[in-house]
Amino acid sequence: MAKKNSLKRLHVGDIIFEIFLVVFMLIFVVVTLYPIINTLAISFNDGFDTIVHRIHFIPHQFSTDNYKAVFAKEGYRMGAVNTVARTVLGTLISLVVNAVLAYVISRKRFLFKKSFSLFWVITMYVNGGLIPTYLVYQKLGLTNNFLVYIIPGAASAFNMLVIRNYMNGIPDSLEESAQIDGAGYFKIFYSIISPLCKPVYATIALFVAVYHWNSWFDAMLYNKMHDELTVLQYELMKQLQTAMRSAGSVEGLKNGGTTITPTSIRAAATIVTMVPILCIYPFLQRYFVTGLTIGGVKE
Amino acid sequence: MATNTVNVEELKPHKKVKFWAEAKRQPFLLISSALLLIYGIIFYYVPVLGWVTAFQDYKPAVGFLKSKWVGLAKFQKLFENKTFYLAFRNTLCMGVINLVFHFVTAIAFALLLNEVRIVFAKKFVQTISYMPHFLSWIIVTAIVRDILASDGIVNEFLMNVCGKEMAIDFFAVKGYFWWIVAFSNVWKETGWNAIIYLAAITAIDPCLYEAADMDGASRFQKMWYITLPSLRPTIMILLLINIGNVLNAGFELQYILGNDVISDVSKILDVFILDWGISQFDFSLGTAAGIFKSVIALILVCLGNWTAKKTGDERLF
Repeated sequence: MAKKNSLKRLHVGDIIFEIFLVVFMLIFVVVTLYPIINTLAISFNDGFDTIVHRIHFIPHQFSTDNYKAVFAKEGYRMGAVNTVARTVLGTLISLVVNAVLAYVISRKRFLFKKSFSLFWVITMYVNGGLIPTYLVYQKLGLTNNFLVYIIPGAASAFNMLVIRNYMNGIPDSLEESAQIDGAGYFKIFYSIISPLCKPVYATIALFVAVYHWNSWFDAMLYNKMHDELTVLQYELMKQLQTAMRSAGSVEGLKNGGTTITPTSIRAAATIVTMVPILCIYPFLQRYFVTGLTIGGVKE
Repeated sequence: MATNTVNVEELKPHKKVKFWAEAKRQPFLLISSALLLIYGIIFYYVPVLGWVTAFQDYKPAVGFLKSKWVGLAKFQKLFENKTFYLAFRNTLCMGVINLVFHFVTAIAFALLLNEVRIVFAKKFVQTISYMPHFLSWIIVTAIVRDILASDGIVNEFLMNVCGKEMAIDFFAVKGYFWWIVAFSNVWKETGWNAIIYLAAITAIDPCLYEAADMDGASRFQKMWYITLPSLRPTIMILLLINIGNVLNAGFELQYILGNDVISDVSKILDVFILDWGISQFDFSLGTAAGIFKSVIALILVCLGNWTAKKTGDERLF
């Protein structure tokens, strides 16, 4: 239908526009994908060979040694364990806490509805800042502690608002009829509201999980002294920092017949850190689209 | 009629039943809100109380209560610090550049993607477009570093295609840094930021396009005169939300790629705070700089909200 229409009234401008559109989209896709494909190619290329040959889209001298080297490093292994642990635990805790918070705030008859909402909305606009927060966590014994990854961010006003907006869209009559049947507020939350909120829960879980997977600053700030509490991104960051300092110098590590360079290890580590996310996100598209549109319309 | 109104009143017990009777009916709400209140106070409000350290010569060993009060001396020291000025300027400039790029690229991309008619191609490009959003800033920083390295693709392109003779050291020239940050943000976030506009575009009344077809409008004209103006409310709201974020100009790029040669343009407030507060142990000065940043951000948010009210667009809070 649309095609027929466009054929009927063909502007010269439309053809130029069409060509421009195709070229633009092609360039866009290439620019977006190139760095990742390039990193992937380097990660599967022999380290020394990467220095000699320019690697673009495909490896020149295939090798999996870079990956072996990454997994042989204590830091990356510990980092992987901690990253997975904080992503799973942190997402679960955060989801439960934010769901309860949103549920409480969205109840029409909750006695402190107004003041309690305000209490949380304020937290979006005023925060203590880096240093006071650091000092408070230190006092609470959260420094040099795994819990600093999952406890502080568990409740967040923004996530709460997204869930609350969704809950506000659920008719009150469901709650009322359950109350007539004698259900308490916890029962209503658990068996009536939560099952209906699955899409928004999925959205928040995705956001929080990506946040946890990509976090590194808390590891550097609070757990710097404890290597067993490191996370993947922080390990990557440390390697990147070394690379920035010794830019240009080539320190190859002879390892049997093959060579591993900092660049090639870093490429492999980068791929290891991004693969889980790249595998998951295409399947969750509809969730984050809903999440963004709900979250964008506050109040 | 009269009996009806009485019934309605009875159906709204929260107006008639006393406070305590209602409280008895919602133990779950009260207990969980109490716990969340304690949590919120500890993790969001107590750190704000920590602002007092900015008015003290805070020594961790001595504590909040016994540290010496110095009034505004720390702020004075802060405002006399040349690095602080540079950091503030850099943060503001990078924030503003990012904001402008964010809007222009996201809107342009959404408009163009909307014109792609092959559904598969549209889906494919969109899926690719928000992939970088899910990568961490560390990974993006690594990518930026590799692309702009002396043997990176950009230099290769400049030398082979544009005929430059020498590779440019992008991290040693002050003029480039802000634009590196801006383009990194564009690469990472354009597709993601466009989602909300694409959602808004689907809500536009198709009659408008049909009417334009009748009048013989070209596709570009339809895009320019119908789609773009229809996005105005969405653009306004997002602009106002993001104004409060101008001082959050990113962190990783500046922290990792910034070096001594370009620190005049690369240092931002967050790095300044980290340098002084954590590395040099001047907690009070770090807090003072943090307060400065928070207050400016709050003013910007209020300003945005006030503008929204004036122009008749939806309020933010």
